[in-house]
Amino acid sequence: MSSSPGKKIIHVDSDILVIGGGMAGCGAAYESRYWGRDKNIVVVEKANIERSGAVAQGLYAINCYMGMQWDENQPEDHVRYARNDLMGLVREDLGYDIARHVDSSVHKFEEWGLPMMRDPETGRYMREGKWQIMIHGESYKPIVAEAARKAATEVYNRIMVTHLLLDKNNANRVAGAVGFNVRTGDFYVFRSKAVIIGAGGASHIFKPRAVGEGMGRTWYAPWSSGSAYALPILAGAKMTQMENRIVLTRFKDGYGPVGAYFLHLKTYTENAYGEEYESTWYEHTKELVGEYVDHLPVPTCLRNHAFLEEMKAGRGPIRMVTKEAFQDPHKETVGWENFLGMTIGQAIVWASQNIDPKYINPELTTSEPYVMGSHATCSGAWASGPEDYAPSEYQWGYNRMMTVDGLFGAGDTIGGSAHKFSSGSFTEGRIAGKAAVQYVDDLGNDQPEVSEEEFMNLKDVVFKPMENYEVGRNEIVAGTVSPSYLLPIHGLQRLEKIMDEYVGGISSHYTTNEPLLTRGLELLEMLKEDMHHMGAEDLHQLQRTWELNHRILASESVTHHTMFRQETRWPGYYYRGDHPKLDDDDWHCFTLSRRNPESGDWEMEKAPVYHIVD
Amino acid sequence: MPTFVYMTRCDGCGNCVDICPSDIMHIDKTYRRAYNLEPNMCWECYSCVKACPQNAIDCRGYADFAPLGHSVRALREEEKGTISWKLKFRDGREKNFESPIRTTPWGSIKGPADYEAPNADAMKSQELAHEPEALNIPKLPALTPDQLKQGVIS
Repeated sequence: MSSSPGKKIIHVDSDILVIGGGMAGCGAAYESRYWGRDKNIVVVEKANIERSGAVAQGLYAINCYMGMQWDENQPEDHVRYARNDLMGLVREDLGYDIARHVDSSVHKFEEWGLPMMRDPETGRYMREGKWQIMIHGESYKPIVAEAARKAATEVYNRIMVTHLLLDKNNANRVAGAVGFNVRTGDFYVFRSKAVIIGAGGASHIFKPRAVGEGMGRTWYAPWSSGSAYALPILAGAKMTQMENRIVLTRFKDGYGPVGAYFLHLKTYTENAYGEEYESTWYEHTKELVGEYVDHLPVPTCLRNHAFLEEMKAGRGPIRMVTKEAFQDPHKETVGWENFLGMTIGQAIVWASQNIDPKYINPELTTSEPYVMGSHATCSGAWASGPEDYAPSEYQWGYNRMMTVDGLFGAGDTIGGSAHKFSSGSFTEGRIAGKAAVQYVDDLGNDQPEVSEEEFMNLKDVVFKPMENYEVGRNEIVAGTVSPSYLLPIHGLQRLEKIMDEYVGGISSHYTTNEPLLTRGLELLEMLKEDMHHMGAEDLHQLQRTWELNHRILASESVTHHTMFRQETRWPGYYYRGDHPKLDDDDWHCFTLSRRNPESGDWEMEKAPVYHIVD
Repeated sequence: MPTFVYMTRCDGCGNCVDICPSDIMHIDKTYRRAYNLEPNMCWECYSCVKACPQNAIDCRGYADFAPLGHSVRALREEEKGTISWKLKFRDGREKNFESPIRTTPWGSIKGPADYEAPNADAMKSQELAHEPEALNIPKLPALTPDQLKQGVIS
């Protein structure tokens, strides 16, 4: 660590700057290089791209693969599936676009060395479900990172990007980004003609179920700090469907995945008394959402809803019936390796509590809410669609460009394109990468300019928490309580409490209403004011402070969107107590927001939903 | 299950510091060995465990819900292309698993610039790199704008 953080300024110039080196960022780097041989392509990552992003731990399945070569599925089928699961509201143009390209990404992963499981009879990829294929994915991320490193001009690890830079002469055009090196404390000014955001969604904005050591065992990675949303929001980009937070039904405490259990192992759930319970709640659910209750497969949120109602009725715990399936040694191995490949913590919970699913049916739980754009949910930035068929309302520039010129995104960053998962996020990165090359080519000499005044001001803002700490620390003898500053963990816990109690977290059974949301916004405002008094003891704490700033912005956006949508579209994800039913007459639409970068005010609007026929 | 580091095995090489996605493995200034400075931000992803050449890093399950006495050890062997797991339950039962991690040599991926440069027509098309060949179908699927309609679909 340097003795004086922020003293040294390092300038890095590029044609294309990729922020975040997870699956989406690696896809963006790869594709940018393929089409832009002469381009300077820079990847910046707050950790190390070898093991960064949500896939750092590995995956045991690729959840988005069409299998068009075997006529297993067509892109239209995937659009129908995602639309159904998200209760009618997805950007079908974006979803179709990912689905038509995703198979080529997966075939490349196999060529690169990712071990795919194959069906011994057909020779095809082993299907876990209609969309999922099974892999030995312990090294999924290192393999993809190898390809990205070969593509990029330079990869900068351990740099936390805090803000985007806008063009001095055009306030709605991106010109780069700033951040700091979490090891050296050097301040980085990235100047770039185009920027692709591939950062992560948001864990730890709602209070997690475990609040001791176990708070690290969130379902989504604790390092997913909502930078995917905060960076575009700060730059004035429009966001969509930010209210569409996701709640996961998972194995208790470890949040181990259930997909392979349901789909491949054919396990099923029952209540504490060994009864099937989903049908019990059919009529009740139908009153809330009408005919959506009859859709197949049953939407993820509605399955959660039945689970929650059964728990509230006092017939928990809900268990996964594994004892039958685990008698088959192959299935038993798949069940365990599934965790070891992607959620090792669940294997540890079971080992520690003597839970062998061959003899005990393990408990399930519902998680705290998360905000993301790549799973069974679609929060994110409002992006321009594919040129060849997107309707005019969805098309104002290059594919995956946000409402800020030159600002692209992929993966968790882009809203509306649900169910993309790892392979779809990589693929969306590829789509954005090619479009960004075209954008840079078309710019010619009309290049953005960064303002020295702007980045020097940001430098002061970025390192202020370290100064606060240094000044305030001498007031007190020892310990964590100061009258002058708060530590990042203090702010994080306050944020989680506000979101939990006012915006529909676990303690309120995921329920909120307008008065609660209004109060939540008031408390968030005070938290934002207090963020000027954050104290960071070292660069690690400075990283935590900026992650918290990003989480707060994402949370503010979620709260405004939740207030705006006056219906309960996804029971099981969250409930508006004052508008308990789904309302297709008024709300079969996308919600859009824009935070005015000057005033900090939020403007809300609706945007139409277009469907692919049938 | 937050990680911890055994004093007698760690030689302070810093591989865990370099790889940790959560930035929680740091070098203790007094002992010059690694430690987990923020266990409640540990995802138990095992990136550090797998990266440690001394096998000095292990996990002890999250204190809020994991009783003591368990063990989940990993050995990742890049040259062999495998990862091996040994699970020990609190009551002493054991389970062992081994999986492949990669089918090609490390470093063998062909970079995108090693392929022939695409022409201007391809740049204007909707095709991505290696398409349509890499799709294993003759042509990239497409829609036309008139296929998109507003309204509720049941």
